[in-house]
Amino acid sequence: MAGHSEVADKGPWARPAGLLPPVLAAALFVLFLGMVPEIADEQVLRWAWDWVPSLGIAITFLVDGLSLTFALLITGIGSLVFLYSSKYLQGHPHFARFMLFIVMFMLSMLGLVLADNLLTLFVFWELTTITSYLLIGFDHSTAKGRRSALQALLLTGTGGLALLAGFILIGNVAGTFELSEIRAQGGVLIESALYLPILILVLAGTFTKSAQFPLHFWLPNAMAAPTPVSAYLHSATMVKAGVYLMARMHPNLGGTDVWLWVLTIAGAVTAVFASIMALKQTDLKQSLAYTTLMALGTLTLFLAADVGYAITAVMTFLVVHSLYKAALFLVVGIIDHSTGTRHVNELGGLARAMPITAVAAGVAALSMAGLPPFIGFIGKEIKYAGALAVGSEPAFVAAAVLVSNALMLAVAGIVSFSPFWRRKHLAEPLNPHEAPWQMLAGPIILAALGALFGIYPELLARSLVNPGVAAILGPDVTPAALKLWAGFNLPLVLSLVTFALGWLFYYYRRGLRTWLIGLGERLPVFDNGWDNVLDGLKALAAWQTRLVQGGLLRRYLFITFATFLVAVAGTIWLKAGPMPALEWPVLQVQHWVVIAIVVAGALLTLTTSSRIAAIAGLGAVGIGVALIFIIFGAPDVAITQLLVETLVVVLFAVAALKLPQLDPDGTKRHRPLDAALAVSIGIGVTVVMLMVTDGPIDRRLTDYFEVTSWPEAFGRNIVNVILVDFRALDTFGEIAVVAIAALSAFALLKGRKA
Amino acid sequence: MNSIILLAGTRLLVALLLVFSVFMLLRGHNTPGGGFIGGLIGATGFVVYAIACGTEQARQALRVPPENVAMVGLGIGLFAGVMAAFFGDAFFVGQWLFIGATETEKGLPLSSVLVFDIGVYLVVLGSILTLTFALEEGAD
Repeated sequence: MAGHSEVADKGPWARPAGLLPPVLAAALFVLFLGMVPEIADEQVLRWAWDWVPSLGIAITFLVDGLSLTFALLITGIGSLVFLYSSKYLQGHPHFARFMLFIVMFMLSMLGLVLADNLLTLFVFWELTTITSYLLIGFDHSTAKGRRSALQALLLTGTGGLALLAGFILIGNVAGTFELSEIRAQGGVLIESALYLPILILVLAGTFTKSAQFPLHFWLPNAMAAPTPVSAYLHSATMVKAGVYLMARMHPNLGGTDVWLWVLTIAGAVTAVFASIMALKQTDLKQSLAYTTLMALGTLTLFLAADVGYAITAVMTFLVVHSLYKAALFLVVGIIDHSTGTRHVNELGGLARAMPITAVAAGVAALSMAGLPPFIGFIGKEIKYAGALAVGSEPAFVAAAVLVSNALMLAVAGIVSFSPFWRRKHLAEPLNPHEAPWQMLAGPIILAALGALFGIYPELLARSLVNPGVAAILGPDVTPAALKLWAGFNLPLVLSLVTFALGWLFYYYRRGLRTWLIGLGERLPVFDNGWDNVLDGLKALAAWQTRLVQGGLLRRYLFITFATFLVAVAGTIWLKAGPMPALEWPVLQVQHWVVIAIVVAGALLTLTTSSRIAAIAGLGAVGIGVALIFIIFGAPDVAITQLLVETLVVVLFAVAALKLPQLDPDGTKRHRPLDAALAVSIGIGVTVVMLMVTDGPIDRRLTDYFEVTSWPEAFGRNIVNVILVDFRALDTFGEIAVVAIAALSAFALLKGRKA
Repeated sequence: MNSIILLAGTRLLVALLLVFSVFMLLRGHNTPGGGFIGGLIGATGFVVYAIACGTEQARQALRVPPENVAMVGLGIGLFAGVMAAFFGDAFFVGQWLFIGATETEKGLPLSSVLVFDIGVYLVVLGSILTLTFALEEGAD
């Protein structure tokens, strides 16, 4: 990356791509900022458009305290990250593409947090998955980048599928997809018999998206993305989508024992596990990735509860974390950009060359470490207060929070203190230099906001935190007050313990890291497990492909028809028993003639050794079938059958020139089996037809079309009216298949020739 | 294939088949016919021509590559469906226009349904010819 800033801009889009995105994001930020007074007044803004009215799907957007907080984080941090990227990736050959992807991501994320309709939300949810795939894999020339992107896509995509199933169940239970309407129905989901499946499916979606243990491993890998992506997607926005959804579903799904314990345990394990892993890393970016996991775990942990303190902790920590984490990621990007390394042991003494970065990093890190007077301190205090108020096991929750907070303090020191202030001669002349203002703006503004909110917590509480708590818990619950000095109480004691413990962790970090790395080698690694799962899946696919698609057309046909036979015969067996009672229809002379033609054609096809004769025999069968259609009064079908039959004969005749002789090797061993299958299918289909004609025919559809064809569709030919009017969508699908099949065959034929 | 009888017959047959295919397409809404059948008949015409005079000649007679015909047909079909949106209806709701309609006479009916049928016609024609031409050229 280091050399890029010297290279001239590439492509006609490089300049607008650098300018437009920050401006767009900033404009959106101002727009949302204008909504703050109304939201602080506990109003809710809602917009709706009908999308697919026949399915009850509408595009609806809702702004309340929760969604506005996210929207401001997305657009605010977005504008800073875009500005940063315009320098960080300047001159990159795919710079414009990068900016396009990241803006698309921002808009998808905005849609996600603002959607009121579950299906709208799902569409945006999937869009964030796809755009993040493109961004993680932006450096697609490396195998690592491709693997990480695919891993994130597959994992969060699978979670997305589970989520869709959960949403559909919710829609069935509640009778609506509108979140606000579901909420108005009170505990309709909790009381439903489907509560547990819904909960499992929704949590499967949110846990994969927000990387909860044991589905966490994709997030550290996703750091293969350029640093602005990590700062934006993997700290402040996308990974918080799962947290957002849990907060959004909290009124509808929360408050039960299952919710409480699943979220508490998953959150606590993730938080502690991630903060230990963060200490183990030597790459600054990986370290930050694991602290992000820790934050996500903590947020989940507090979302388990339904007391005002805990939810206040969620809303506060959400903002706190986004501010300092985005700032620190951007700082790591600056270090990387300036020195070419992110390895903790290779860095030190950068403060002299990069004083502004050092100060911004320090301020952000102090907030992360939870020291006064920064908002991080208040966030930590409120977390302890929340932990002591939860309904599950206050001691357990408080201990988990304590351990992770102490580790966080240590990591804050590792990431932003030691690279700048530790006395160390750099291994080689790296020539560190201060970053341009575009790259400094982000860390400075975000770190300054952390300090500002710390000194004036009312600002944050009134505008975002309190409305957010009201959006989750309802307006009756009093949110906890945010104060820098809340008196000498248990949270303060816990804070002091955290400082002491955290300092110890920092002081002994090298020993701890060595010990952890040794420990890690003896524990199973999730990432390898992922590879095993994928390899297993591929092996399974290869095995079943070899089994059913051996490359021999005859084998394909045999398997296809055998499957058909099993399905048909099995259904008959289940529905009517082994010997269904059948009534043989009375046949007239013309019927017997047709039967004779068909049978003669079939016999000719079977016995001849000349391909041309076989084709003619098949043609006779086809014409016999067309005659049947004529006898029973379906002229359209008969004409089509005749024409298709004619064309098939022509095609066969042309293709026959290139085909080998029938049975070139003279073996006929497969024939008895083929004959048995063919005869069985013939009997099976005959039985089905007889059973169908035996029973009363449901004429409702026929009557409907007969009555409505003329008055509603102005046509007398019912077959055609159905094809082009009543069922036009089906026909459209069919002609699309026809066209695609023709193109594929064309490509095969032309490709083979070349 | 150099058969005088075939060549002479082809001249008449092809023209007849093509005119007949359009006839079948247009009458389809009230009597047997329609885009699918029309397309098949039209394709038969070109196939006969290709057999008699060679694929190269048939391609020239068609003037545009058959795969383009199929794709354009697909586009027309889609357009016929989207047309409904301009009149505030759901996808693929038929839109009708009766030219010169009076109290007693309903005039000349034109509709998005006919447009859709023309799309079907072109897809069938184009797809079959794509296949046939490619096969015949491969056989040479």
